[in-house]
Amino acid sequence: MTMEKTMQFKPGLWESEINVGDFVRKNITPYEGDASFLSGPTERTLKVWEKCKEALAEERENGGVRAIDNHTISTITSHKAGYIDRENELIVGLQTDMLLKRAIKPFGGIKVVEKACHEHGLELDEHVKEIFTHYRKTHNDGVFDAYTEEIRTYRSLGFLTGLPDNYARGRIIGDYRRLALYGIDRLIEVKRADLRGLTGPMTEARVRLREEVAEQIHALEAMKVMGSYYGLDLGRPAATAQEAVQWVYMAYLAAVKEQDGAAMSLGNVSSFLDIYIEYDLAHGNIDECFAQELIDQFVIKLRMVRHLRMDSYNEIFAGDATWVTESIGGRLNDGRTKVTKTSFRFLQTLYNLGPAPEPNMTILWSLELPEGFKRFCTQVSIDTSAIQYENDDLMREVRKTDDYGIACCVSFQEIGRSIQFFGARANLAKALLLAINGGRCENTGTVMVKDIPVLKSDELDFDEVMENYKKVLAQIARVYNEAMNIIHYMHDKYYYEKAQMALIDTDPHINLAYGVAGLSIAADSLSAIKYAHVKARRNEIGLTEGFDIEGEFPCYGNDDDRADSIAVWLTHYFSNELKKYPVYRNAVPTMSILTITSNVMYGKKTGATPDGRERGVAFAPGANPMHGRDNHGAIASLSSVAKLNYEDALDGISNTFSIIPKSLGATREDRVDNLITLIDGYFKKKAHHLNVNVLNREMLEDAMEHPENYPQLTIRVSGYAVNFVRLSRAHQLEVISRSFHDHF
Amino acid sequence: MTETTAIPTVSANVPLLRVHSYESLGTYDGPGIRLVVFLQGCNFRCLYCANPDTITLQGGTLTPIDEIVQKALNEQPFFGRKGGVTFSGGEPTLQAEALIPLVDALHKRGINVCIDTNGSIITDAARELYRRTDLVLLDVKQFNPLRHRTLTERDNTNTLATAAFLAEVGTPFWLRYVLVPGYSDDVADIEALCRHLQGNTALQRVEILPYHTLGMHKYEPLGMEYKLKDVPYNTPQQLDAARELFARYFADVRVN
Repeated sequence: MTMEKTMQFKPGLWESEINVGDFVRKNITPYEGDASFLSGPTERTLKVWEKCKEALAEERENGGVRAIDNHTISTITSHKAGYIDRENELIVGLQTDMLLKRAIKPFGGIKVVEKACHEHGLELDEHVKEIFTHYRKTHNDGVFDAYTEEIRTYRSLGFLTGLPDNYARGRIIGDYRRLALYGIDRLIEVKRADLRGLTGPMTEARVRLREEVAEQIHALEAMKVMGSYYGLDLGRPAATAQEAVQWVYMAYLAAVKEQDGAAMSLGNVSSFLDIYIEYDLAHGNIDECFAQELIDQFVIKLRMVRHLRMDSYNEIFAGDATWVTESIGGRLNDGRTKVTKTSFRFLQTLYNLGPAPEPNMTILWSLELPEGFKRFCTQVSIDTSAIQYENDDLMREVRKTDDYGIACCVSFQEIGRSIQFFGARANLAKALLLAINGGRCENTGTVMVKDIPVLKSDELDFDEVMENYKKVLAQIARVYNEAMNIIHYMHDKYYYEKAQMALIDTDPHINLAYGVAGLSIAADSLSAIKYAHVKARRNEIGLTEGFDIEGEFPCYGNDDDRADSIAVWLTHYFSNELKKYPVYRNAVPTMSILTITSNVMYGKKTGATPDGRERGVAFAPGANPMHGRDNHGAIASLSSVAKLNYEDALDGISNTFSIIPKSLGATREDRVDNLITLIDGYFKKKAHHLNVNVLNREMLEDAMEHPENYPQLTIRVSGYAVNFVRLSRAHQLEVISRSFHDHF
Repeated sequence: MTETTAIPTVSANVPLLRVHSYESLGTYDGPGIRLVVFLQGCNFRCLYCANPDTITLQGGTLTPIDEIVQKALNEQPFFGRKGGVTFSGGEPTLQAEALIPLVDALHKRGINVCIDTNGSIITDAARELYRRTDLVLLDVKQFNPLRHRTLTERDNTNTLATAAFLAEVGTPFWLRYVLVPGYSDDVADIEALCRHLQGNTALQRVEILPYHTLGMHKYEPLGMEYKLKDVPYNTPQQLDAARELFARYFADVRVN
């Protein structure tokens, strides 16, 4: 390969300004064909992957962590070059000097890091501990200094849970493509110009932004140094396909060396990289085999990203997830498809390397996607259960841009132009119990909301409960907002994402992504109160400990408007309540219906509910109907979820769909056809997101008993994929208890 | 046919159907994704019946046909190019009178309709229904008249006549054949059936349905006895052999 000549691309706005979206629109080669051009893995790739598999086995045997560097504070330049199998690696770079060795990132919270080290049999370096205890404050310390008593109570009793106050917020997607297209020197130049333009008056906001841009420039300089460890000149743009992949990975690597955010998405790099690959293919510099090899090796690196976590973190984000979410496909606003051959090549890694949860491949599904791509996606779903789908037609229509990615699990984010503040979730089911218990926590009796009247009778009256519920929701929204403002203020202050923000416009649009859990439980409970006779059983201090239900009531998940309309109303109502409060940095509030895996923990913290759910029983994940209650078949269940308005939950509405292979049809071809039709139908109804698992329950049960036989068994949970065998037993049981659509 | 009169299919103005249940993701009862409406009431007494709770002519939910049209419309985005609504049961043609306006209403909305039937009801209404149906799933339990009686307690003359009728009116059908070891897997019987239907121009596909006992648990609560307890599932070899046998006569043969 010759590297002297720079690649020649079609000109556009992208030359005079930082605008990767424009570059993609001008230079993309949409692909309308099928999967027949794809190549298998090369010998080199298999050798590298073999080394990874050995390391992964070691990691599993060693309690989930292979090694920890408990001395070095991780920064972009903290660790010198690390390799897996140097002579066979086409794409290089590790977070530390050794594969799967985890680094410490104490800026989020020193106690968290200390605990995580301790849980894995190591003590945190004394010197590091001293610095972060006595000299350098952390995000976690800042938040708890500012938290009110009220917020602490809402948090500890389980009304607000999973708040990013003792871990990094994540959810910010750097435009990692910028490094390849422009090179660091140009990016620094532009940021310097931005900084010069940020003049007075020196309000607090302006001072903060000036400091942040200066930090971003330091981060870019550090990235260049990191590149030099690997002999890469990141100062200039990438000049080959291999360099483009390498440069993008280096930008991402800088982000995951500096930050351990809950979700560190990759963005939408595949069709961008395709432009470089097409160029090199067209000029005879590489062949298809090499093109696939680049993507396979890139994906290997993404699969090996690790963060050091405490055990308790697993409750909300089970399975050691990193959410290297890559959004694939979709359409351009001019009507062309954004599917390229590299969209296929990314999916092909699930065959070449076997299934895996990361990168979290997300198909931006449009009804107009080329048939060949639809067939390949659904085939991959049926074979691996490793991918998820989001409604591209809906998101483009509502959010107006065609250059976006998915942050974390399901959340829209315009790449390079906007970010979001992650906000965990509020428990709507537990909130309903406040309305029934005079504002007191059903478990402890603590008064959470004042002035909630005690119900007049033990038989619940719908109107009376609703009146109380609305008051409760308003107060929960208020406390939730206060917590979020504190958290994000402190995160900016103590754990600012300088590497990622260096790859984003200087003053981006910000969404504040609130969330809810327990939607189906709250909706079914209200339906029970409305359509059946529900009597509260109370303990000696008047708190509900159970409910007696007489009569039938419709449940959310059966395409029955009586119940579904309650879920739609609740989503709309709470979303509006959240919009009433001032938000840090003028971020725009949005809301998700997404639980990750916290539905299990939320259930544990919530007493018996009026829908007949017993105390402690896990909620359904995300926006899913409660397991076993959607008894009109899968389509009715999907139709119910599709009724929730995306406008009310712009941060995403997650639905996890599990079906046994046979239920999709008798033959492989039928299954592919039917899954395409099913996804088309769901998205025609303006639904937002769908996880697809095509699995047999028996296989999951067997995997629980014999995990060693299923090292790569991947399943979709709420908005992401996990290695089934890395889930806790409680999470495994919850997955198995879900509705598997198997009626025929 | 005393059974047909037992069901009040048409009330004053709104036709009513006795519905047992629905399956919104039907992938085995006709092409594509289908809303399967299981109707209440059957005139056969098949030994292996997987839905014994649909046999009695009483019970079920009396449902105005508009409600079913609405359900189908709600599900229409999921039908794609091939799917639609399938009426199964029970024996749907027992309620042919109410089904006729329903099929018309569905067709008006561009929805494809299949009828899953044992073919034994030959009435004017049933004939009219067959004429209007897009695809019939014709369940032939046995060709041999004696063994058919053993298996269903009923005669198969009408079923075979229905196959001929479908050819006459040009309504395509898929032959569905449940392969019950010891009851319907005799090579000579199958060959005789194949020869009988060989020239039938309406027959588009043969579906061999493996014998299963998924409905067995429903018998005890109904106070019924499941008489095929000792019948084993088909072996893959048996299914292959049956497929090869049918394939000598028909182009499109599948094991479901």
